[in-house]
Formats: sequence, structure tokens, C-alpha cells
Amino acid sequence: MQYSLAALLRNALSGNAHWAPAWRDPQPKPSYDTIIIGGGGHGLATAYYLAKEHGITDVAVLEKAYIGSGNVGRNTTIIRSNYLLPGNTPFYEWSLKLWEGLEQDINFNAMVSQRGVLNLFHSDGQRDAFARRGNAMRLNGVDAELLGPDEVRRLHPLLDLDNPRFPVKGGLLQRRGGTVRHDAVAWGYARAADRRGVDIIQNCEVTGLRIESGRIIGVETTRGTIHAKRIGLAVAGNSSRLAAMAGMRLPIESHVLQAFVSEGVKPLIDQVVTFGAAHFYISQSDKGGLVFGGDIDGYNSYAQRGSLPIVEDVMSCALALFPSLGRLRYLRQWGGIMDMSMDGSPIIDRTPIEGLYLNAGWCYGGFKATPASGWCFAHTIATGQPHAFNAAYRLDRFASGHVIDEGGKGAVPNLH
Amino acid sequence: MRLTCPYCGSRGNDEFVYLGSADPVRPSHHDAPAEQWTAYVYERTNPAGAHRELWHHSFGCRSWLIVTRDTRTHEVLKTEPARDAAHTSSEVAVP
Repeated sequence: MQYSLAALLRNALSGNAHWAPAWRDPQPKPSYDTIIIGGGGHGLATAYYLAKEHGITDVAVLEKAYIGSGNVGRNTTIIRSNYLLPGNTPFYEWSLKLWEGLEQDINFNAMVSQRGVLNLFHSDGQRDAFARRGNAMRLNGVDAELLGPDEVRRLHPLLDLDNPRFPVKGGLLQRRGGTVRHDAVAWGYARAADRRGVDIIQNCEVTGLRIESGRIIGVETTRGTIHAKRIGLAVAGNSSRLAAMAGMRLPIESHVLQAFVSEGVKPLIDQVVTFGAAHFYISQSDKGGLVFGGDIDGYNSYAQRGSLPIVEDVMSCALALFPSLGRLRYLRQWGGIMDMSMDGSPIIDRTPIEGLYLNAGWCYGGFKATPASGWCFAHTIATGQPHAFNAAYRLDRFASGHVIDEGGKGAVPNLH
Repeated sequence: MRLTCPYCGSRGNDEFVYLGSADPVRPSHHDAPAEQWTAYVYERTNPAGAHRELWHHSFGCRSWLIVTRDTRTHEVLKTEPARDAAHTSSEVAVP
């Protein structure tokens, strides 16, 4: 047994310098059955479910930097399934169900905390829209409760419900939503995939895709050419760059999204709370830091850092909801690069190139989708057909008009 | 990030509103096939590097500008009024 009380004692006595690595660091083989490009949450989950659900273990995950360096470690760790549209609700609910069993499944403590996600509303019209969303969720077997202002006040005594511009009229609560420790998701999936035989190859950047007569046959990387029959792209943030290597133009723009953490304080905010009058969401980590974020910066960016106007915007939102946070200092902020798709919904599908599969366009919503994204992408790659859960996330839906526009914004990526 | 408006000089980017890539050209209303419209409305090159994009100086002189910017560094390579670019472009379809 790798981890036990005896192992803890033994390693403590030797300065904790001799723990075995949790996953191997293999050299890339000349060829694999399947290659997943992108060692983030979605790529690692895909590799894990390929091995577990479909028995495909001759798999390599290629990561240009190190596991967990991308968006899986750059989000605000929120999980939820409070979606309205038919293409979305079953997929995100399947994701939440996978989160509920994830720690047992991968035998890793990911600190899945179903503390509840509360979406506040601020007008009668918004109350109607949220009631409709809650009803759509309940019709799909998802939990949702519409709360009035008194119930919200009981849950969150620090909230300024009587804000003169945006008074809180109530909230839509999904109790099964919550947070997950995001680094542990990357590490847990990496270890679980590795133990089933998947090669996780870090510091291996893909520089080209090898395509012959309309069929993918391998990749060029900074560590040489690697052949494969099937290749999956799970590189949100850089999907357009990888797709361009296959001659494709995607319905995606890359944008930077910032997140923030305050200094640690005693428990203040028990749930995930979102502001309905502007774009803002906040929760408190187990270390006590408040974790929060808001809008994307709004213009195309591949720089993993944000600009100051959004910092000011996010802080204003925080103070409008919780005026008492004005005394807190924020410790750090970071930026991640999002695939902002043209309808605000993701793509998990085949591509016009035989053997090349695409997982992209996650906008803000990639983290909560991690398990179902990997599960559905693995199904699509293994069987060559989308699963019912991701059947709506087609690449050709933009041409056919079957867009899934949850926000009702149109083809304007920086508004989703 | 600051942008230099050709009319107003150097201004903070919160005076400007972003539209997106300046490259897509609206197809003809008369006979363009659906594929051209799909490409115009939805498909983007989304480069990591120099990007021609439309900005509106909404909280300034309200002109449309075409800014060429490096999306990796936010270095602004060129700023020009959109109407100048439109007048010199050969891509503008004659109605």
C-alpha cells in the first residue's frame, strides 16, 4: 500500500524526500492507438474514461507545460448544473452526478463540497426568468429551489439585500452545486489514468498535425513525431491554433478571464453566491480565502493576465453584494485563456478529418463540465459517435442554425 | 492597455468598446451561398499574434477604429480610422 499510517511515519522520519511520484514520467513511444492533446482536466479525464469505460489503454496525453498549469488550475472551482436549454441540462447534470462519485471512482480526495450555488435575482422580471430556469431543471430531474428575500437573508446575513440600485428579491438555489479543489482534479485524474496504463507526457508541445488523404496519422511535437490512429484535441484556450494546423477555422475567439483570491478569514460565505445584476460569483475556500471573479476582459487575448478595468468592475460587484468585504485585501489574481464560442456552448464532436476529434469552446463553463466532458469525449472517440449527452454539441450546428445560446446574446463571443 | 485614437490621442481602453475581428467581409445580400454567411457570422481566425480588430471610441469621439494588436502581448502595432480602411479596401462590395 502506497499510502498508510506506516508510510506517513516512515517518510516523516526521512524528511518526506522519498515519496514515490504519483504518476510515471514516460518517454513518448513512436506510436499510440489514441493521443489526447492537452493535459488539462478535460484531456486527463478523457484519457481516464477511455481506459476505464472503453478498455483503450494505449493512450498518450500530451501536455505542452506541466499537468494543471492551464485552465484546470485557473478557474473559481465552481460546480453546478443549473442550465435552461435542452442541449445543456442533461449534459451538465451528468457531470454533477460524476462529480458526486468522483472521489470514490479515482480514489483521490478532490474536496468535492456540495455547499450549494445561489443565483440572486434583483427584479420581478428576473425572478420570472429564474423560476422558469428552475422549473426546466426540475423537469430534467435536477434540484432547484426558488428562495424569497427572507430565506436568502437567513443563509447570507452579510448580503446587502436592500441595495438601492439592485435590491435582492430572492435567489435560485441548487443545493447539490458547490466547489471542488481544482488542482486535485488534475492530479486525481492523472494518477487514475496513469494507473490504467495511460502515458502522461509533459513538456511536449504539439507543433503540427500529420494528415494524409483526409485522415489523421500523427502529431509533430517538440519531442519528435508520434503516430496515432485517433487524436483528440482538448486544448481550450488554444483550440483555434491547433485546429488551424488541420486547416480548420473554428467558431471561437480566445479571451482572458481573471479570478481573484482574498486573504484568509473565518467562515463568511457558506455557499457559492452569484450576482444577478452584473457578472460576479464568489465562494470561500476551505483555507478561508474568498475566491471570486466576473467578466472576461472582452477582447481577444492569448496573454494569461488581465487588465485593470475588469479588476475595478469585479471589486465593485463584490462591494455591491457584500459591503463588509471592503476591509479585506486581495492576495492574488490570475488569468486563464477561454475558448469563447459563438453561442456560448461547447463543441464535443468529430471533425471533417477522419480520426481527429474536437473538444473545445467551453467559455467560462469548462471546470464544472470536466468529468462529463471527458466521459463524452472518450465515448465519441472510442465509438466514433457522439453520446446522447453531447449530441447537441456539434461542430456543424453553427452552419445548420442549431445553436445553443443559453445567454441569448447572438454570435458575439465576448458577451457570452 | 491603452489605445491611441487618431483623433483623441492616447486613452485608457475602458473608453473603448470592442467588436471583434475586422477581417470578415459581409457577403453579398443577393446571391452569396449559406457557407459564406456561416463563415462571416461564425468562423474566426483567432490568431495568437497580430490581430486586426474593430474598436469603437464610445466614451470619446465615437469613431470606429481598426486596431492591429498582438494578442499575446497587447502591443498595439497600428491604429487607423475604420472609414479610411473602408475607402481604400478592394473588398467592399459595390451594392
